Amino acid sequence: MSAVPGLPANYDIAISVPRNGVTPPGRTGGGRWKDQAFEWLTRLFALLVFSILGAILVSLVAGSMVSLERYGVAFLWSDEWDPVKEQFGALVPIFGTLLTSFIALAIGVPVSFGIALFLTELSPTWLKRPLGTAIELLAAIPSIIYGMWGLFVFAPLFQAYVQPHLIATLGAVPGLARLFEGPPLGIGMLTAGLILSIMVIPFITAVMRDVFELVPPMLKESAYALGGTTWEVVWRVVLPYTKVGVVGGVMLGLGRALGETMAVTFVIGNAHRLSASLMAPGNSIASALANEFTEAVGDSYFAALIELGLILFAITTVVLAASKLLLSRLARREGTRT
Amino acid sequence: MFNVRRARALGLAAGVLFSVSALAVDITGAGATFPYPIYAKWADAYKKQTGVGMNYQSIGSGGGIKQITAKTVQFGASDMPMKPDELEKYGLMQFPAIMGGDVIVYNVKGVPPGAITLTGSQIADIYLGKIKKWNDAAIAKQNPGVKLPDQAISVVHRSDGSGTTFIFVNYLSKVSDEWKAKVGEGTSVAWPTGVGGKGNEGVASYVQRIDGAIGYVEYAYAKQNKLAVAKMVNRDNQVVAAGEDTFKAAAAGADWTKAPGMYLVLTDQAGKSSWPMTGASFILMHKQQEKADIAKEVLKFFDWAFQNGDAMASELDYVPMPDNVVALIKAAWKQQIKDGAGKPVY
Repeated sequence: MSAVPGLPANYDIAISVPRNGVTPPGRTGGGRWKDQAFEWLTRLFALLVFSILGAILVSLVAGSMVSLERYGVAFLWSDEWDPVKEQFGALVPIFGTLLTSFIALAIGVPVSFGIALFLTELSPTWLKRPLGTAIELLAAIPSIIYGMWGLFVFAPLFQAYVQPHLIATLGAVPGLARLFEGPPLGIGMLTAGLILSIMVIPFITAVMRDVFELVPPMLKESAYALGGTTWEVVWRVVLPYTKVGVVGGVMLGLGRALGETMAVTFVIGNAHRLSASLMAPGNSIASALANEFTEAVGDSYFAALIELGLILFAITTVVLAASKLLLSRLARREGTRT
Repeated sequence: MFNVRRARALGLAAGVLFSVSALAVDITGAGATFPYPIYAKWADAYKKQTGVGMNYQSIGSGGGIKQITAKTVQFGASDMPMKPDELEKYGLMQFPAIMGGDVIVYNVKGVPPGAITLTGSQIADIYLGKIKKWNDAAIAKQNPGVKLPDQAISVVHRSDGSGTTFIFVNYLSKVSDEWKAKVGEGTSVAWPTGVGGKGNEGVASYVQRIDGAIGYVEYAYAKQNKLAVAKMVNRDNQVVAAGEDTFKAAAAGADWTKAPGMYLVLTDQAGKSSWPMTGASFILMHKQQEKADIAKEVLKFFDWAFQNGDAMASELDYVPMPDNVVALIKAAWKQQIKDGAGKPVY
């Protein structure tokens, strides 16, 4: 609050919203307690998030105590999963979770970028609305539908028409051979990754489109006026301006891919075996939980599954932290360059 | 006007709630998914006849065991019988309520349904990854006259823990020492090879899609979906086809009197026409009942089901318990389930 030049000296303009204890001029009593009550209410909601997060963490750790004590850190890199002998290790599901999510993002991010770009920069106006709605509808489809579609429609086609070619062509390239060997089953890591990519595209696209639209037209127009091509404008102006939002969108997609359960369960093949081949069946943390939770008899088995949940929780946290770190790094570099 | 209507609706809802809770001696149970359709059907018919409802949640055998040990339900249900020492530990008793069986399904081009016959040890070798091709010498010898292709066998198993898996691997453990040593038995195991499908439908869809696939599903599922089912060689070296008769034969041959805690799995039973992969689903109850009247309702329900439920079971392709076993079960109730004063509940 300060005196504004051109106005009488005693005329103050409130620039910011009144903080705690500051009563805006002219308001007394009645409005004030409502404001405070509202502030406390919102604070309560915000704290609720923390307490739920904390409660989840505590119950996960408590639930996996038996497994933590029995298998120790070796749980993380043991590839054994034998409910009969009660020997459990999380390597196969961790590997499957990360690999399928990686495939999903590797395909999903460029495609989403393209769609968002087309929608905001290139699309004729009459197409924008139907296309945007279509993408939002895709995001609203329940994951089990994707799973069943993947199993009954996509996998047979993939098995008959795509996998044999992949095995014949890429499988013959030295170095890639190990990634594309094995019989074409239609299901497996690659199929799961592809289905996931279709599932994350609407999420990432929707966020990217929304943030691209936030770029002030003046910035873009200036860039075009300087003779920039569409690509240059997008790459040099739109993307740097929206990078926080874009990374946020990618993280939203990654979060969905990491935790996706039903769709992956249907098509990943559910085999607790480590394989270098993308064609081979594997397992992910979420699908192992979905498959085995109901019939997990015995304390160690149950605790091992809970510990898988704990690991997924940790992976998600690390990924989120890494993305924040990435953003702050980007911001710092920006500072030094100019 | 609106308010009046709403008030009336509320009053009606309250009335309904009240009348239900006034009657309510509803029985609750939880556990195995395999017997869910028949328990639900029995419950429906029972409610119509007696007014007593039975609420069964098919949350899986593991969940059923957890719920009954925590005493949140009046009975638990498990496809895998609990070992006598475990029963002792939790103060539980168990009895079989319904039977079914596993069948082998396959998808081999040029081989019609029912044309292939397999022995237990061959199935074990296939699932161990030792027999890799359909025209393997052992399979060919078992199936003279069947044109078996030179094709890789794709093994399909259940990915979720299940009673169906338990019956299957229990059988393999009985017929193959190597299986017993390497893999063992349980509702889920560490499969040496193959892909996993979720549920019977998952296994069936993989088998139908993958050329040269073999899988195992519950009999009722295979029958209702008209899958290609293999014949099997049973313990008495007879070739048998899956069906209610062969399941019943396996149950009749079994000697429940010699099974402590009714721990008996009906796989690999003797008898000329016994189906080798037959299994029963079990009910778990506490021996010491604090609320004797509710326990009595539970037993009444199963007594009624044993008397009147056979036709309903057959309709859904389950196999009802034979009369001699039912007599044994009732004797066990009398002997084992007691109220606070130590008197038999039923």
